[in-house]
Amino acid sequence: MIVRIISTVALLLALAVPALAVDVTLLNVSYDPTRELYADLNSAFTAQVKKKGTNVTIKQSHGGSGKQARSVIDGLEADVVTLALAYDIDAIAEKGLIKADWQKRLPHNSSPYTSTIVFLVRKGNPKKIKDWNDLVKPGIAVITPNPKTSGGARWNYLAAWGYALRQPGGTEAKAKEFVKLLYKNVPVLDSGARGSTNTFVQRGQGDVLLAWENEAYLAINELGPDKYDIVTPPVSILAEPPVAVVDKVVDRRGTRALAEEYLKFLYSEEGQRIAAKHYYRPIDKKIPIKLSKLKLFTIDELFGGWTKAQKTHFADGGQFDQIYGAGK
Amino acid sequence: MADHSLSRGARTEPRWVRWILTTVALLFLALFLVVPLAAVFSQALDKGVAVYFAALHETDALSSIRLTLLTALVAVPLNLVFGVVAAWAIAKFSFPGKSFLITLIDLPFSVSPVVSGLIYVLIFGLQGWLGPWLTEHGVKILFAVPGIILATIFVTFPFVARELIPLMEAQGKDEEEAALVLGATGLQTFFRVTFPNIRWGIIYGVILCNARAMGEFGAVSVVSGHIRGSTNTIPLQVEILYNEYNYAAAFAVASLLALLAVVTLIVKSVVEWKLKQA
Repeated sequence: MIVRIISTVALLLALAVPALAVDVTLLNVSYDPTRELYADLNSAFTAQVKKKGTNVTIKQSHGGSGKQARSVIDGLEADVVTLALAYDIDAIAEKGLIKADWQKRLPHNSSPYTSTIVFLVRKGNPKKIKDWNDLVKPGIAVITPNPKTSGGARWNYLAAWGYALRQPGGTEAKAKEFVKLLYKNVPVLDSGARGSTNTFVQRGQGDVLLAWENEAYLAINELGPDKYDIVTPPVSILAEPPVAVVDKVVDRRGTRALAEEYLKFLYSEEGQRIAAKHYYRPIDKKIPIKLSKLKLFTIDELFGGWTKAQKTHFADGGQFDQIYGAGK
Repeated sequence: MADHSLSRGARTEPRWVRWILTTVALLFLALFLVVPLAAVFSQALDKGVAVYFAALHETDALSSIRLTLLTALVAVPLNLVFGVVAAWAIAKFSFPGKSFLITLIDLPFSVSPVVSGLIYVLIFGLQGWLGPWLTEHGVKILFAVPGIILATIFVTFPFVARELIPLMEAQGKDEEEAALVLGATGLQTFFRVTFPNIRWGIIYGVILCNARAMGEFGAVSVVSGHIRGSTNTIPLQVEILYNEYNYAAAFAVASLLALLAVVTLIVKSVVEWKLKQA
């Protein structure tokens, strides 16, 4: 005990002297649920470039996707951004920090991995939630974050909308009615995906959590498979979280080559394997995954891309404001 | 501070009323202070002492401790100097704009910490007034250590001054005037006459200032950028660990702040007692 205290103090003193190493550092500004993914990816990438004689340290910053984009716009010196949706990177590009053609620079719309939205329910699925239309039944409490601030929440919302739209006889008006019913069942809107997960698991609120697939698996692994089940609905949205080099920053810092290599690494076999390990869906189809099969629709198919979806649904006075304002 | 000579003679309530009031007050204290404090420590030690110390040894946790200490080490002395100078000017002299100065000193108390942080985003942000120029010249303020220190200075700005102004006003300026008449210089007057009188007040202000500097969350969160191992202070690190389902570690780091609070309270009580004696 005393030895431990002394060693803690000694370590504190030792660390108070600034490190002398002159490594290259990259800053990756990412969204909330990728913490564990990038912790793994970064150590793999660091080991790989070390063999070539470069010492690289990758620093991470995590938070709600929209908030993170805002910080980069305000001057957070990110060499790369890895966010929840293309719209947030577009917002940075609009300020001239990233070139407008960013999404064409890397394969698959610059999304090295994809994900989708699934349901996390209490063990044994007591409320028998199987598909999206079970969420709008009376008496079901649905936990999802606020689409105004959370990227994941926007995917949740659009997945529900898309489901309703694709039903036989589905129209925009019917989809809106469906989503409105769904949000009537939402008792609390957290600001980010992790906040919602904590509301569901720590505070025990709600019957079902709409979650990123990887987030749902992580919650089960971290907090106990005996407490929750994952329900993969028959159909959901294909979420493509994109990545980009922040041109202005890497050109100023002289880190472009390394930053680009880092993003390419996400597409390498090793990078893809790590993504699969963390329950993302790798784009390399040769990598085996442990995730359930389901039908996926894209945002381009149903909503005409992010810029349009953002404007129609999440801008002030848009569909979400009309739904949530009226739902109360 | 309440004048405790009043409470002595005026005891007209029956004994049971006093007992009930005391019990209610103690229950309140237990419910809102002691229980949460105990919860922090029990959660922190939930997985054993080894996990507790491992959590504090972890690189990012150490970095957050270092940053918090550095921030307090810069912010508190600066506010100490400012606070003493401002209180001295306000209490011992009269000049135009005095009440305006007092209002300005109080400003950080009335502004929400989030707004205090956003002020710096507006000034030093890339889209703000000075941001583009600073970036061009390679000076990092926002989302770096200087920004965190600036925001902390702002929110802890009033503590020392606010503590000293009433104390110095109550003491009046007779002793200083006497010193000056007897031929002391301004500095001699300050160090030989004024300073000994306000010593305990200064310590009291510094303790409060330090506690807030180390514990501030809102303003620092806005300007931090949350870069792991670089710009997270202890409170921000607690939030991160909590959001990563790492509850034992979150509470272990939180227990440092709780310990700080306990030490602050003890020192504060001692100082208060000394102040009453003085």
